Amino acid sequence: MNYLTDRKRAEGLGAGRAGTHHHWQMMVSSILLVVLVPAFVITFGLGLGGTYEEVLAYYGRPVPAIITGLTLVVGIVHLMRETLVAVEDYMHGLAEKLTLIAVSAFSYTMIAAGLFALVKLAL
Amino acid sequence: MVEFALPKNSRITTGKTWPKPEGATNVRKFQIYRWNPDDGKTPQVDTYFLDMDKCGPMVLDALIKIKNEIDPTLTFRRSCREGICGSCAMNIDGINTLACIYGLDEVKGDVKIYPLPHMSVVKDLIPDLTHFYAQHASIMPWLETKTNRPAKEWKQSIEDRKKLDGLYECVMCASCSTACPSYWWNGDRYLGPAALLHAYRWIIDSRDEATGERLDQLEDPFKLYRCHTIMNCAKTCPKGLNPAKAIAHIKEMMVERTV
Repeated sequence: MNYLTDRKRAEGLGAGRAGTHHHWQMMVSSILLVVLVPAFVITFGLGLGGTYEEVLAYYGRPVPAIITGLTLVVGIVHLMRETLVAVEDYMHGLAEKLTLIAVSAFSYTMIAAGLFALVKLAL
Repeated sequence: MVEFALPKNSRITTGKTWPKPEGATNVRKFQIYRWNPDDGKTPQVDTYFLDMDKCGPMVLDALIKIKNEIDPTLTFRRSCREGICGSCAMNIDGINTLACIYGLDEVKGDVKIYPLPHMSVVKDLIPDLTHFYAQHASIMPWLETKTNRPAKEWKQSIEDRKKLDGLYECVMCASCSTACPSYWWNGDRYLGPAALLHAYRWIIDSRDEATGERLDQLEDPFKLYRCHTIMNCAKTCPKGLNPAKAIAHIKEMMVERTV
């Protein structure tokens, strides 16, 4: 039992001077995804059903490759940011910090793996 | 980790069933949460029956009748009985609201009454609002000025005064904050819809000169940005206010000053 006043408990460590940047970035990536996701579905759908060589040729063209790359990066970064917020919501303490690191590491790995696969297809 | 189930000492059991009023033809059943910190028991739900022909129309009327005529140990807060003081906020039929302005005819079937959710209970229907009030105090709910005080008064145009409508009416009953999942999980750091609505009320007051400082104080991932626009606050507010809209306006101002 400590003797913190109610006001001190409510103030905590004060404002973190952060949050708006994250909020704005989420709005920007949401707007980008409104355009990118339909574009990705269309371009990905057009490439479906071809032979290996046809798919290689298809992703060798700039439009499908760039749309796929952008969707991959913007989509995973958006998902990562949202997941980090969810982790902050529901987990606390050391488990929270470790999960935040794990989610970030997993997300960046997914981006790297996706881009590697795309580059391999496109080039 | 967030707890998704009640701890053992908070699990609710069936409590006492009080006898039905004799000779009554229009009887209604009330199931009311009871917990006494002094008896060492877990919470229980007691059942009461009231003759509705001899009861007022509001939930608070029924509670007062139960306390006066059946069980004087039933404990709850009440004062103005007309939706101004915010004392009698409780969870009625699954909705956080004020017992004094919630009609019994709005409840279908048995009337189930619990304290405001996810707050420590002091006794029966009384939640501990200490932290809630301290959070309200932390947003400096008063006019902050730097200019020398005018001889007569701080003037405000009719248009600027109108901006406070939908904000100043908040009676701090805590119905909104205790309906907010973000406040349930992070109430220690997230200010909650009520405090943020009040914060916005002072941010947009044309007479207030501490807008920047007020926004600085809210620039925090938890104090402000735990609001995920779930909208439970607007749905439950017994005064018909929209705290989520006020929070959205604060976020807009935050973006406006940085982007």
